[in-house]
Amino acid sequence: MPGRILAIALNTFREAIRNRILYLLLAFAVALILCAHVLSLLTVGSEEKIIKDFGLATIEVFGVLTAVLMGIGLVSREIERRTVLVLLAKPMHRAEFVLGKYCGLVLTLLVNTCVMGLSFFGLLVARGIADPAVLLVVLMLFLQFLLITALAILFSCLSNPIVSCLLTLALYVIGHLLWSFDLLKARLTSQAGRALCGAIYYLLPHLGNFDIKGDVVHGLPVPGARVAWAALYLAFYGSGVLLLACAVFQRKELQ
Amino acid sequence: MSQAVLELEGVSKSYRTHLSLRKYWILRDLSLVVRDGEIFGFIGPNGAGKTTTIKLALGLLHPDAGAIRLFGLDASRREARRQVGFLPENPYFYDYLTGSEFLDFHARLFGIRSPERRRRVADLLERVGLGNRGDRQLRHYSKGMLQRIGLAQALVNDPRLVILDEPMSGLDPIGRREVRDLILELKASGRTIFFSTHILSDTEMICDRVGMLVRGSLKAVGTVEDLLRGETPPYWEVTLRGMGAEALPCGRVVSRHDDRLLVRVESRRDLHQLLTSLERAGALLVSVAPARRSLEDLLLREVRGADAGAAGPAIDKSADGGGIRHAG
Repeated sequence: MPGRILAIALNTFREAIRNRILYLLLAFAVALILCAHVLSLLTVGSEEKIIKDFGLATIEVFGVLTAVLMGIGLVSREIERRTVLVLLAKPMHRAEFVLGKYCGLVLTLLVNTCVMGLSFFGLLVARGIADPAVLLVVLMLFLQFLLITALAILFSCLSNPIVSCLLTLALYVIGHLLWSFDLLKARLTSQAGRALCGAIYYLLPHLGNFDIKGDVVHGLPVPGARVAWAALYLAFYGSGVLLLACAVFQRKELQ
Repeated sequence: MSQAVLELEGVSKSYRTHLSLRKYWILRDLSLVVRDGEIFGFIGPNGAGKTTTIKLALGLLHPDAGAIRLFGLDASRREARRQVGFLPENPYFYDYLTGSEFLDFHARLFGIRSPERRRRVADLLERVGLGNRGDRQLRHYSKGMLQRIGLAQALVNDPRLVILDEPMSGLDPIGRREVRDLILELKASGRTIFFSTHILSDTEMICDRVGMLVRGSLKAVGTVEDLLRGETPPYWEVTLRGMGAEALPCGRVVSRHDDRLLVRVESRRDLHQLLTSLERAGALLVSVAPARRSLEDLLLREVRGADAGAAGPAIDKSADGGGIRHAG
């Protein structure tokens, strides 16, 4: 990684780990994960499923919240506070700044996901229901966080934090429901309607690619090809989003 | 003539509001040259376009027209900024960093390696008087300390050109003095300093040349002496002996000491009349001192001229500061 990107990334990471909100989110997430144990006591017969379902959902929700809440201000807050002026007056390409901010948040999310994932796995070990496939789910969730972070940083280059937050969360929800547009396309007779559904289906992020929770919770096997496809999808789609973010930021007037 | 460090050639910049298609011009056809080793003061009222000019020079904004060069390179190229240090107006820095971490971070952006980075950070903290405050987070710094750490980051790459946007803004007299001394020290070490300011007395004191920007147009460029040369004094102070105040044909007595009077006259005609009456009364003329106009007077006149629609011939000073010419 070029030195300037690394410097920006490490500084972004340092900002995150000195931010109390991150610790609050993380503490709350770990507490909720451990609550899965209590919740399982209320059910009869399917404790393992409840623990896995609840724990993995908690990791997803808090990972997405961290990616969105920290990602939406990555660029816009620097512009608003004018800290970016001092940085970009240096011999630095604007794309290096965007990529550095992205990498810094990725590093933060990595630590975050590891803490949540290991806490959850520890709980499973303590209950004697440890399943290595759960770690694969956590990995896939992490890949999803990387894509959401890229989207958040794109919106951060385009707009203010509130709009960026709404757009990123909307894409997260739609990204998990994209299959319905494919279904709708098959049922529509209008050419324009079919084209629109097709465009939405192929252009918006397919977050369902990263979702293997159901399979693992129900003990179904997850083929390696599915994980490889998710990683490939992230590489292409994520790179495209980041390139777009860099292009937008390159043209931005820093008033 | 010294080498040009910063050149702006016919630079114009406009902006549009979100809902309007109308263009608002911030700068129009600005041409300016800053030479190696000089202190160049960029003065003008609020909204004149000083900060916009600086941002254009640093590639933070893109000009509508014209060319900007740093050390002969297009200013939008990042290599051009390798030898530039910059401190923005009212800077906000990462307040979760300590002074040392902050400088180390900026040194990393220039690719300075670790041992050298540590040495520079320590040197710079000492140089700006924060040697014992380097381990404190910036959120605990006062405004003056933030300005000093900001100056330190502007020097972390040992730049040839230092650009400061309102470096004295909001500082107390001691802070202003420290910044002024640091600017002079930078010049003494061979650096070029380009700074914008509202504090005209400091400008007169330390600048080799001054550029005056009013409503996006460069109204004057030159040494302070060049700019003020040929200006009619606003008044004269005449010191005389052996004449009573009641015998004065004109003017106002400012002070009286024994038989010595200090008289102020407001026009050449009154001055002539007073001097003639002195001779007739057999009084002794001790001194005649024309009051010197200041940059502030010149700036106020330019601003008023611009406000009045610039009805008179605008002063079009030569862009490279080689002299002053009047256009129109």
